[in-house]
Amino acid sequence: MQKTVSLTVNGRPVSATVEGRTLLVQLLREQLGLTGTHVGCDTSQCGACVVHVDGEAVKSCTLLALQAEGRSVLTIEGVATGDTLHPMQEAFRNNHALQCGFCTPGMVMSALDLVKNNPNPTEREVREYLEGNLCRCTGYHTIVLAILEGAAVMRGEAPPANVHGAAAE
Amino acid sequence: MTTVGAPVRRREDYRFLTGQGTYTDDINRPNQLYAYILRSPHAHARIDGIDSAAAAKAPGVVAVFTGKDMAADGVGGLPCGWLVHSKDGSPMKEPPHPPLAIDRVRHVGDPVAVVIGETLAQAREAADLVEIDYGEEPAVVDPAEALKPTAPLVFSDVPGNLCYDWSLGDLAAVDAAFARAARIVKLDLVNNRLVPNAMEPRAAIGEFYRATGEYTLFTTSQNPHVIRLLMGAFVLHIPEAKLRVVAPDVGGGFGSKIYHYAEEAIVTWAAGKLRRPVKWTAERSESFMSDAHGRDHVTHVELALDADAKFLALKVSTIANMGAYLSTFAPCIPTYLYGTLLAGTYPTPAIYVETKAVFTHTVPVDAYRGAGRPEATFLLERIVDLAADELGIDPAELRRRNFIPADAFPYQTPVALQYDSGDYQTTLEMATSAADYAGCEERRRAAMARGKLRGIGIATYIEACGIAPSAVVGSLGARAGLYESAAIRVHPTGSVTVMTGSHSHGQGHETTFSQLVADRLGIPIENVEIVHGDTAKIPYGMGTNGSRSLAVGGTAIVKAMDKVIAKGKKIAAHLLEAAEADIEFADGKFTVAGTDRSKTLGEVALTAYVPHNYPEDLEPGLDETAFYDPKNFTFPSGAYVAEVEIDPETGRLEIVNFTAADDFGNIINPMIVAGQVHGGLAQGIGQAVLEGCVYDKATGQLLTGSYNDYAMPRADDLPSFRLSTHATPCTHNPLGVKGCGEAGAIGAPAALTNAIVDALRPLGVRHVDMPATPEKLWRVIQQHRSPLAAE
Ligand code: FES
Ligand code: FES
Repeated sequence: MQKTVSLTVNGRPVSATVEGRTLLVQLLREQLGLTGTHVGCDTSQCGACVVHVDGEAVKSCTLLALQAEGRSVLTIEGVATGDTLHPMQEAFRNNHALQCGFCTPGMVMSALDLVKNNPNPTEREVREYLEGNLCRCTGYHTIVLAILEGAAVMRGEAPPANVHGAAAE
Repeated sequence: MTTVGAPVRRREDYRFLTGQGTYTDDINRPNQLYAYILRSPHAHARIDGIDSAAAAKAPGVVAVFTGKDMAADGVGGLPCGWLVHSKDGSPMKEPPHPPLAIDRVRHVGDPVAVVIGETLAQAREAADLVEIDYGEEPAVVDPAEALKPTAPLVFSDVPGNLCYDWSLGDLAAVDAAFARAARIVKLDLVNNRLVPNAMEPRAAIGEFYRATGEYTLFTTSQNPHVIRLLMGAFVLHIPEAKLRVVAPDVGGGFGSKIYHYAEEAIVTWAAGKLRRPVKWTAERSESFMSDAHGRDHVTHVELALDADAKFLALKVSTIANMGAYLSTFAPCIPTYLYGTLLAGTYPTPAIYVETKAVFTHTVPVDAYRGAGRPEATFLLERIVDLAADELGIDPAELRRRNFIPADAFPYQTPVALQYDSGDYQTTLEMATSAADYAGCEERRRAAMARGKLRGIGIATYIEACGIAPSAVVGSLGARAGLYESAAIRVHPTGSVTVMTGSHSHGQGHETTFSQLVADRLGIPIENVEIVHGDTAKIPYGMGTNGSRSLAVGGTAIVKAMDKVIAKGKKIAAHLLEAAEADIEFADGKFTVAGTDRSKTLGEVALTAYVPHNYPEDLEPGLDETAFYDPKNFTFPSGAYVAEVEIDPETGRLEIVNFTAADDFGNIINPMIVAGQVHGGLAQGIGQAVLEGCVYDKATGQLLTGSYNDYAMPRADDLPSFRLSTHATPCTHNPLGVKGCGEAGAIGAPAALTNAIVDALRPLGVRHVDMPATPEKLWRVIQQHRSPLAAE
């Protein structure tokens, strides 16, 4: 059964015809062409699909598209301002917090949610918060550093000393 | 200014951080169909019949194909790329592996039929209507069980399920050494089966162009040319010139995306039959039952020592699980990537290893990060620790006493390899001092006072990377060469495109290779573009595996640059009216030696493409291709120290410290290298304390088929890592690099297990098999009647 769903995605109003069983992640990826949100599992465990719905982090594989009716969805494509990366994205880059990049959109969306609720997290809190996001490449070491740096910059503080001393090219 | 050696931020990050990566599943082709693959729910069964009539008529279904359909069309089986011979000289057993099972299924997940529909939902729904008449038969999943005479056979013409019975080394010398040994230490151990679990599930899109008869396959692969060769030549019989394979952004591989998989052949073949693109993307539960698994060894090891605790001889007997079919490189993993590494960092004069490879009713097993080398390192570093314990010698001291000395290189091992360089004393010293190894006793006592068991463990490792010298591997059974290619195209205005046969699926080649090229050609990094992953764009290349990209692929780039510079010198000599021998190239400029007369690379390139004033006997253009076949493997090495605390009441384990000191030779981007180590360590730690693929022994069902059952390392399972590096440059490649992708996964399991056994030693525990989960640790502690728990 087909229905129309209307919602705001990355600040833009959109409507699409979906089936009752269509998941939000399918709507985003397959109908709206927003392929930055990824699917890494079929048991709601990996977090590759995390987006924000009305400001809250949600695994978009667990929500039906129709449940997003009238709501505001932010995906990874909407995080940067024009070509300027968000401080959290910048921190991921500074700290080499991504390798293959597959988990990265979900990680960034989760990190933003964490910092919204806890602007000054400890390393332990970051690790515990990331419980729902799997990364197979980085061992999380640099993701944790990136989130601590991103949080600091978002608080308006100078970023902590970068362990790699990463150089702009 | 050179950026070599600097932690340059990655050029690929922007697209990944903004959701603009292009992974295979992000690609959709016009008029595309969707494939849903029916897989065996049984570990072992006859296929007595398949009735797909109802499914074929279901809404949106375009076709249903079975193994018989593919066979009738002349489709071949999936080939194996490595031939291993048994001790008696006979070739390994190499049973057929049809892309879709024909008359028998041999593991849970074995593909049986494919339903192709207008939408994925329609294909999936119709799949329920396919009636497959299975005749269930008994299955065997355990490699040691599979060798027993009563075990069910995976292939009726493979007696005892034995694929091969291989050996390496001098048994007589080993036996003689054991006969005069002052002490012999023995251990039985299991190297647990793992599921690689790259976060991007495999996917493939086949496409056929009617006008030209050309096919394109988009696939999640670490080596698109290898897939083109194997699938084109052996499975679908498509001339290579008519087959393009594209591996776009790939979300992690760790070995599991090296191999040619059935689904690639299925979608490409079906696209040709149906004249429409066909797309397949694995669900994670399919990944668990169809991606090649790793490890799965059962091993007995004995070490002979003399009265001074020097290692005299090592004897190893292993049963290695191949799974139900031979995956692309499976046979070489528990042999040439395993037995040859058993000298480790020690000059043990006599070594003998035998490996029985067996078929079982499980998913095929092949290389997974480290591939053979973690298994070798684990047994070696466990038996060394056990020897230290039995002799009452500190484990660091026993290693120091036995290391190959830093001045003994090149060092010929008794198991075929010649190490070119290394310095094991220094990396051990770096790791133990950074970890405050000496202070551990005090921390142990403090932990004891808090009711915790604390232990520290060391592992050293050596790995053979930079895979591989083609002549050497050819003599060992490889059916391919393992060189690498690169093409450097200098454009008329001096910017450069580099086409590399290496493939990046997280390793950051676009950055590291750009640093290398910018440095050598003296141009800004932004003027360098790296192209990889598309057989239509790059020269024939072997892709990325075995920590080979920089050592082999990077060297091919250097060779191609050498050719560019050599030709550029000829052009510059003409322009500057000087002798070619007097032209020097540095910092992006061709200069007449001893003068300030020079031409930039851009000027020379422009002349090459606009040859109005040009040497007579020279071809226009500045575009060079090079292939590099390494002379030897590279030998990264290092030492890891793990420290743990175990709560005897719950078995809960905390990794309180993890310290690594690695020797990767020269380093181009230390930030990327650190990331590779972190990732390897996480997978090694995962193997040691979390991950284990479990099959039900009675039914052959896969019990760990999702993230609910298979324990992936999560952020709060892992510590922060303390890393350092020490460089003894590789002596036989011009960059002096060795490779860093697998080290962590190789060294970490032994370091962590040694720490765990050290923590439990007061209870009399001598070995704990991986994964040391809290439940297992709690049981072990209970069995040894913990004095702490009894209090
Ligand atoms: S896709 Fe894995 S949690 Fe949503
Ligand atoms: S960067 Fe590859 S899974 Fe996280």
